[in-house]
Amino acid sequence: MRLASFGTAVDSTKPLNFTFDGMACQGLAGDTVASALLAAGVRVVGRSFKYHRPRGIWGHGSEEPNAIFDVSCGIDREPNARGTTTQLSEGLRVRSVNASPNASRDTYGLFDAFARFIPAGFYYKTFMWPDWQRFEPRIRAMAGLGCIDKVWSPKSFSRQVNSTCDVLVVGAGRSGLAAASRAAKDGKSVMIVDEGIEPGGTLLYRSRLIEGVSASDWLCETLIELERRDVRMLSRATAYGVYDHNLVCVSELKGGFAPPDLWRIRTSEIVIATGAIERPLVFPNNDRPGVMSAASALFYLRRYGVRVGERVVIASNNDSTGEIANAFRDAEAKVIEVAAVKDVKGRHGIEAVIDSEGRSIAADALLVSGGFTPTVHLYCQNKGRLRWSESHAAFLPGKPVEGMRVVGSAAGDFGWTVSAAWAAKPGKTRAWIDFQNDVTLKDLAQAARENYRSVEHVKRYTTLGMATDQGKTSNLNGLVAMAALTGRSIAETGTTTYRPPYTPTSLMAFTGVRHGELFNPVRRLALEPEHRAAGAVFREYGGWLRPAAYGSDIQAEALRARETVGIFDGSPLGKIDVIGPDAGALLDFNSYGTISTLRPGRLRYGFMLQETGIVYDDGVIARVDEYRFVVSCSSSHVQGVYQRLEEWRQDQFDPSRVYIHNATPRWATLTVTGPRSRQLLKELDLGLDIGLAELPHMAFVLGSFEGGPARVARVSFSGDLSFEVSVPLSKAVLLFHAMRRASTPLGGILLGLEAMMILRAEKGYIVIGKDTDGLTMPHDLGHTGPRDKRTDEFVGRRALFTDWAMGRDRRQLVGLAVAEGEAALPTGSHGIERVNGKLRSVGYVTSSYFSPTLRRPIALGLIERGAARQGDTVKFQYLGREREATIVAPCFIDPEGTRLHV
Amino acid sequence: MQLISCPFCGLRDETEFRFGAEAGKRRGTASSSAEEWANYLYFQGNPKGQTREIWVHLACGEFFMLERDSMTHEIHQSYCIRKEDQK
Amino acid sequence: MIRRRSHYSAFTLFKEGLLGQVGWQPTWASPEPKPAYDAIVVGGGGHGLATAYYLAKNHGLPNVAVIEKGWLGGGNTGRNTTVVRSNYFYPESVALYDFALRLYEGLSRELNYNIMLSQRGMVVVAHSEFEMEISARLVNAMQINGVDAELFSREQVIEIAPAMNARPDARYPIFGGVWQSRAGVARHDAVAWGYARGASHLGVDIIQNCEVLDFIFEAGRCCGVVTSLGEIRAGRVGLAVAGHSSVLAAKAGFQLPIQSYALQAMVSEPVKPVLDTVVLSLGTGTYVSQSDKGELVFGGGLDRIPSYAQRGNPPLQEQVISGLVEMFPAFGQLKLLRQWAGIVDIVPDSSPIIGPSPLPGLYLNCGWGTGGFKAIPAGGWLLAHLMAIGSHHEISRPFDLGRFTSGRLIDEAAGSGIAH
Ligand SMILES: Cc1cc2nc3c(=O)[nH]c(=O)nc-3n(C[C@H](O)[C@H](O)[C@H](O)COP(=O)(O)OP(=O)(O)OC[C@H]3O[C@@H](n4cnc5c(N)ncnc54)[C@H](O)[C@@H]3O)c2cc1C
Ligand SMILES: [Zn+2]
Repeated sequence: MRLASFGTAVDSTKPLNFTFDGMACQGLAGDTVASALLAAGVRVVGRSFKYHRPRGIWGHGSEEPNAIFDVSCGIDREPNARGTTTQLSEGLRVRSVNASPNASRDTYGLFDAFARFIPAGFYYKTFMWPDWQRFEPRIRAMAGLGCIDKVWSPKSFSRQVNSTCDVLVVGAGRSGLAAASRAAKDGKSVMIVDEGIEPGGTLLYRSRLIEGVSASDWLCETLIELERRDVRMLSRATAYGVYDHNLVCVSELKGGFAPPDLWRIRTSEIVIATGAIERPLVFPNNDRPGVMSAASALFYLRRYGVRVGERVVIASNNDSTGEIANAFRDAEAKVIEVAAVKDVKGRHGIEAVIDSEGRSIAADALLVSGGFTPTVHLYCQNKGRLRWSESHAAFLPGKPVEGMRVVGSAAGDFGWTVSAAWAAKPGKTRAWIDFQNDVTLKDLAQAARENYRSVEHVKRYTTLGMATDQGKTSNLNGLVAMAALTGRSIAETGTTTYRPPYTPTSLMAFTGVRHGELFNPVRRLALEPEHRAAGAVFREYGGWLRPAAYGSDIQAEALRARETVGIFDGSPLGKIDVIGPDAGALLDFNSYGTISTLRPGRLRYGFMLQETGIVYDDGVIARVDEYRFVVSCSSSHVQGVYQRLEEWRQDQFDPSRVYIHNATPRWATLTVTGPRSRQLLKELDLGLDIGLAELPHMAFVLGSFEGGPARVARVSFSGDLSFEVSVPLSKAVLLFHAMRRASTPLGGILLGLEAMMILRAEKGYIVIGKDTDGLTMPHDLGHTGPRDKRTDEFVGRRALFTDWAMGRDRRQLVGLAVAEGEAALPTGSHGIERVNGKLRSVGYVTSSYFSPTLRRPIALGLIERGAARQGDTVKFQYLGREREATIVAPCFIDPEGTRLHV
Repeated sequence: MQLISCPFCGLRDETEFRFGAEAGKRRGTASSSAEEWANYLYFQGNPKGQTREIWVHLACGEFFMLERDSMTHEIHQSYCIRKEDQK
Repeated sequence: MIRRRSHYSAFTLFKEGLLGQVGWQPTWASPEPKPAYDAIVVGGGGHGLATAYYLAKNHGLPNVAVIEKGWLGGGNTGRNTTVVRSNYFYPESVALYDFALRLYEGLSRELNYNIMLSQRGMVVVAHSEFEMEISARLVNAMQINGVDAELFSREQVIEIAPAMNARPDARYPIFGGVWQSRAGVARHDAVAWGYARGASHLGVDIIQNCEVLDFIFEAGRCCGVVTSLGEIRAGRVGLAVAGHSSVLAAKAGFQLPIQSYALQAMVSEPVKPVLDTVVLSLGTGTYVSQSDKGELVFGGGLDRIPSYAQRGNPPLQEQVISGLVEMFPAFGQLKLLRQWAGIVDIVPDSSPIIGPSPLPGLYLNCGWGTGGFKAIPAGGWLLAHLMAIGSHHEISRPFDLGRFTSGRLIDEAAGSGIAH
């Protein structure tokens, strides 16, 4: 019931309409869902996880175990929203979870009657015949709390902010504010974060004198003071985790359904002023709706003007409740304080409290305080170790952790005297430890009996503390009970590990802008708009978005390039400069083949190996002059090749004599391939000193194009006469248009990557990572020269001589031919043989196409001992179907290489 | 998220760095025995606690020596590798 | 010595219900360590407990102790995301992991402890034509090796995981995937507890809160262990300590090809069923399933820095979560409930090491890295064989430490192109 005096948090002039389980309700601006429901007299707000017991509101903050709802408004929704921290808004639809049709009349409520047959961990003991899967779907359907909307997708993204300060204070209660103001006075940069809607913590509802002034005055003055000193204050901001080197992650709620902001705050000192959480008392039926945290009841009274009961019984093991009793009396409630509670009557709300003498006291609310549990999560996450304090009846921070200070209630400075009153031994009636997950004292006794005695075993076996409240109210009562049940001290029993996040945190806070393309940005070509205008279909290859084809007929594209000329954008190919007197030596060491013998102006194809002897990449190296080479590598390996060159440079060479520079992003490369490619180039003004006809295969010249440098290399990825023209990015568009103009009269076309893949496969040119796998060594590809002849050291050399590297059954690169008229072998088919009736794979098809040039299918593969088995027929299997193919040389057109020299 | 100190650039976020290898290994060569080669390639101390390792700062490209604790994540010191050679 | 235990069934549960659940025997005994055993298994994770169980069960060697420094099942076995599968490329791997899966299939009944094996299937989603090709390569390899596998089309993936981001313009559009219907999840704690109960029943001593600090050497052999509770002798010692293998190897005087890293896992708050299978996306690197309790359980790659600190790090956490929301946009409605990490033993070829160690009398079971939960029954079976017989079982032979010298690694990612 809402009192006429209202509370400090609500605006009585602004009513808000909302529904709970379909029922129309009204609250006030400033209300949380919980305060509004209490004001509306709603007792049962949901059902517990396992037994579907009616549940009422227990607390007023993130410790709340019971008041969990699916809330929605229009298309926005939040499953499992905590009513105590969710602010009310106009038109909000609030639905209880785990209850159908609604919280007060839940059909599964009858489960409670069978509770004795489904104790802790019952599922480990049954459902084994015929097997678990027979039972699982029904159990799954009953589990889970709220529901998500399966077609929902994010509409806005969280802001992620990196920040630093000298002192970060977590908790804006009395001790946090005091610590902040002291640090600010010392000239430090200070930030404060607090979970609450407003700063103040208990000052907002407890009346105490601080430094001679009232709590509210002190709060007011301190806040003004902090603002004057530029202390940054975040409210509704939860420090959910402490990470290495004093990084604190904070999620800041933005109101409504907007995703929270994520703050990553790096600080020299963290002040933990997170207060303490009131614990329940453990007695039979202590989970009934209407049993509530005494401090929370005061909170609702003072902040929201909500009086949770008219006839209030208070049970407490400390002196914090005197003020509460008075406040309720002032609010004209009938208050009875009892020493202990024996039982509670009333299923959907309290009707009577049975005190320790067995007297029945008519009541509609039972306010309890079982002591206080310091909120030490962040201290423990930061490797802090707790110590048990009997006088506080609590675990308190032990030795200080560097860079962190714990103050106030979090350090045990409660301001109240607690005389521990713990759970009795389990009796006939169940007494609850974990309200949400339905863990009772009996369950703990059973766990102890069955030898699940370690706190971690207890937690996992009974699910104690694993609910969405993460055991904030239940863990300590549970482990104290466990200590008693197993005859150990509380200190010896210990606590479970504190794991982030401190409270459940929206996944959207973590994602930031990493959605869609920004999840993992693709690299884009300088010429993308030109390709698009030319009708290119783009696909991602090795992180680059590249033209796959310029239309639907890839075969025709490939054929035209064979017959006339094709223009291909090869810009992502690596261009790494290696410069200096030791450049040749470094490249020799880095490469499978010798590079230093290359003459200036010439190109050489070769491999780079890993130290394990596996082929890492292939590419073409150009020697510009004595001291300068350009390494061209696969587009997806540019970073890797750059890094390995750098690594060997610093490890094996004098870094002052060789230098590596990755020039890839600065150049665009267009390749022209086909019999008319030389004709095409002749139309361009490339400022070359020599005629193109004089440029031999595997050589290059420097020229100029439109006032910038140009590099023209005669090198081929298709098996046809081809030239690569590289210009600075700024000239790429001009070069593209110049080439296209020149190509049209020649019948030329633009060549996409898919057609290029066919051309190279026809010629038997491999693609690393497609035609090789992580076991392929150069000799498996027929390149044995350097292994057999080189006498100097190079990367991976020794590994080429292990037993396995020299084994007989290696998978080697082969060509594969199918019978006349048959379809292509699907890539990924395996060659098979039968040994003792058992099928085994002898390798697989790596590339397979219909060759437009030959008008029949071609394929490449890695097949065991393939090089020596040309002419053999091998059976292949693809998704259960068998085919045959013949091993042939891995080159289907022009083995003599005449097309390179037209 | 750790802060690692590059001897050339100072304190930076761990995401800017890559672990290279444990320090103190000699590269094997063609004349290494199979065991020596395997030791060089694959075997390592992987200590819990104090470590001495080679790291690279991806931003500046320099490899350097890092002494840290693999259990507590304390960073003790980092220094240039080649200075060490001269020692 | 057989220890008494309660039989578990619907009937006994009902009976105990009437009697107040007070008649259950301890799940496992907690004896004081004896001065000597026939065999000692170091590490009370799944592999260690299963090893002890099979030593007693298969080899009639019940005079065995499992020595665990913390609480049993508290290492990676109690921290993993519980995916079981045998979708492997090489026959050696299939022999190992499918053996494990077959043992899992009968394990609840064998142990009389419901490990909640849920063979709800797993799909590895491919996002390009190239990934479809390597998926086909993997599916064919699995079929040839006698393991169930299907190459799923785009439509089949969407049907099995309808909440997935199926937009054609998604960053990682769905092309299809590799489906294994026998894959799924099991309850990790139950596997540890079930084996512990089975082993204890057969007479194995499970010693918790006892750390192995060193070994006892005699004439160049390992003859026992030095623990925080004193010396315990044994003719043979098996090591199953996952991420801490290098630490104990150093005590035994050798190194291993292992680097320890933290691997994180996370769960969301529980919600009603939204995902009925296990999904791994090759594009995002995130994988996810929904627990019986309703929580989404998900993870991804390793943290970047070699570490023994059992904590996860924000950069990877953010990446894994972003990957999850990218795969399943609707999951953006959820909150993260818990995040943790385990220290995993990463081997260059990502295959386990099972075999004798360089120190006679000491045997290895390690290197399971990010994927050894699914192998627990086989890992235990094979280490037990090795310790009891003194030589390899056919299935474990390829996984001997010697493979690093011969060069014959079993590198699944290298062969199949798919890193699990
Ligand atoms: C986050 C995460 C997710 C994973 N997900 C999966 C998955 O989905 N599927 C899958 O198959 N695998 C997964 N794994 C891997 C899997 O968990 C492990 O490979 C497996 O549990 C290893 O079992 P184990 O028994 O070898 O090790 P552990 O369970 O780690 O047991 C080793 C035990 O040795 C003890 N120990 C260590 N040192 C000593 C000492 N000196 N003395 C005594 N005892 C000692 C430890 O305390 C520990 O209990 C995951 C791992 C992690 C961390
Ligand atoms: Zn640097």
